[in-house]
Amino acid sequence: MKILVCISNVPDTTTKIKIAEGNASIDTTGIQWVINPWDELSLTRALELKDDATNEVNSVTVVHVGPATTEPTIRKALAIGADNAIRVNAASSDAWFVASQIAEVVKSEQFDIIMCGIESSDFNGSMVGGMISEFLGIPSVSAVSGLKIENGQPVLTREIDGGKEVVTVPAPFVAIVQKGIAKEPRIAAMRGIMMARSKPVKVVEPVSVEPLTEIIGFEKPASRAACKYIDAENPAQLIDLLQNEAKVI
Amino acid sequence: MSVLVYTENWDGKFKKLSFELISYATGVAKMLNSTVTAVSIGKVDETELKKLGNYGANKIISVGNDQLNIIDNQAYASVLSEVALKENAKVIVISNNNTGKAIAPRLSVRLKAGVGSGISKLPLSLNPFTVYKRTYSGNAFAHVVIKSDVKILTLAQNSYDVVETPANATIESINASVDGSLLKTQVKDVQKQTGKIVLTDAEIVVSGGRGMKSPDNWAPLVELASLLGAATACSRPVSDEGWRPHEEHTGQTGKIIAPNLYIAVGISGATQHLAGVSSSKFIVAVNNDKDAPIFGSAQYGIVGDALKVLPKLVDAVKAIKK
Repeated sequence: MKILVCISNVPDTTTKIKIAEGNASIDTTGIQWVINPWDELSLTRALELKDDATNEVNSVTVVHVGPATTEPTIRKALAIGADNAIRVNAASSDAWFVASQIAEVVKSEQFDIIMCGIESSDFNGSMVGGMISEFLGIPSVSAVSGLKIENGQPVLTREIDGGKEVVTVPAPFVAIVQKGIAKEPRIAAMRGIMMARSKPVKVVEPVSVEPLTEIIGFEKPASRAACKYIDAENPAQLIDLLQNEAKVI
Repeated sequence: MSVLVYTENWDGKFKKLSFELISYATGVAKMLNSTVTAVSIGKVDETELKKLGNYGANKIISVGNDQLNIIDNQAYASVLSEVALKENAKVIVISNNNTGKAIAPRLSVRLKAGVGSGISKLPLSLNPFTVYKRTYSGNAFAHVVIKSDVKILTLAQNSYDVVETPANATIESINASVDGSLLKTQVKDVQKQTGKIVLTDAEIVVSGGRGMKSPDNWAPLVELASLLGAATACSRPVSDEGWRPHEEHTGQTGKIIAPNLYIAVGISGATQHLAGVSSSKFIVAVNNDKDAPIFGSAQYGIVGDALKVLPKLVDAVKAIKK
């Protein structure tokens, strides 16, 4: 079985996002770039599955759509334990573009399980995984919080409104992964970092695709009114304000 | 030409989310001088379908088919794309909930339609078609131009007010054919919480953080939630410690919620936590550290020990409920 993990390169989640002058883009000065948190959890789970020989996972490959400047993020995925990587050499302009590129990669290399994070922490689109599966005409399971292999058959747990479902689906399929898939993201050890240097990164040129959406500007979120403090000894005042001022209870 | 809206049902019933979607679609249709067609898939009776007309749907298409009783994203996307083509839909509105996130990208590929996801406002302009979209987990909002002929918008839950706009809706029942080979996902087991308010649906949420000190201290928080008709939630360290189930984790990597009222008890308000709750209409913070960042996002705050303040809040709510 071959697993493909799609990774996105995003600002570290503690970053204070600043909008660049002219409001056309985000100011990337000083930003630390990391693997998108859900993609990192997907990778962790893929490696856990590979660690157990009975699962017969032969390889874990990561794929990323981005220019050469994003290579450190790919190396990090290799250091964590991915066997090899594919980089589609293009800026990731929109979900449609990225999904088109990854679908091409899957067509040429054939994978059994394709894992995508539920969203990227920068664009928050939640679209790429579903688009890949439709481009390939294969099933997708979304909001996946558990993935195991039982007797060679993938068994997934997905979250639904107010509950969970356990589902099976024949490979190949796309698993769109959320919290719960792995406990903690795996951290690269020194040995992994050394080994990552010699692991293969295949660079492929993008297929020609026109993005369907374009960001033309950014604005800051509306600021909130200053906090009104209530005495800790008198919480009844808070309840009164919520009832009569905010009118929310 | 019409604005198409997919209204999900839960065991044959619509909920507030369905009416938010129609209200939003009606708003978009007004801008476009167009009409609203609502599509319902699965078994829903006529009385329930008629409710969609109260919020501006001019036409209601009900797709009944035994194969469609379970939501399968491939089959549903196939049905919706067929209806969209037949209705000549230029804008398609879907929820940004789990179902919507599974269907919208597939529909996008079928119709070559650009997606604006997690939308909370009407389009900023029609030419070019520009939407206002939450990005960077709520730390910046983008103006996104959708360039394709057909546009898909996924609406964030509890972000658009339900507006009653009675319309004389016609109901059309169709029996779409589903390619059986699409139905590959098999559900083996379902575990549903009963009697609990679904966190993403809740209008009030009471959430606990590390300031709660121990999983044994949750009783007053749960009581407060129950008195307010609220759902319970927690911060990441709390779910990581296993004090509460991970389904309750709200924050960037957990659930993104937008209730009318979010009460954060013993939560300091790290960037990642705020990313999951910043769209709440009102935030109340209870924390013993007066410099905790949560107070910067809250409209009401109590500086005090969570475990001492909670019982008093419970009493105060009981007093007004009398």
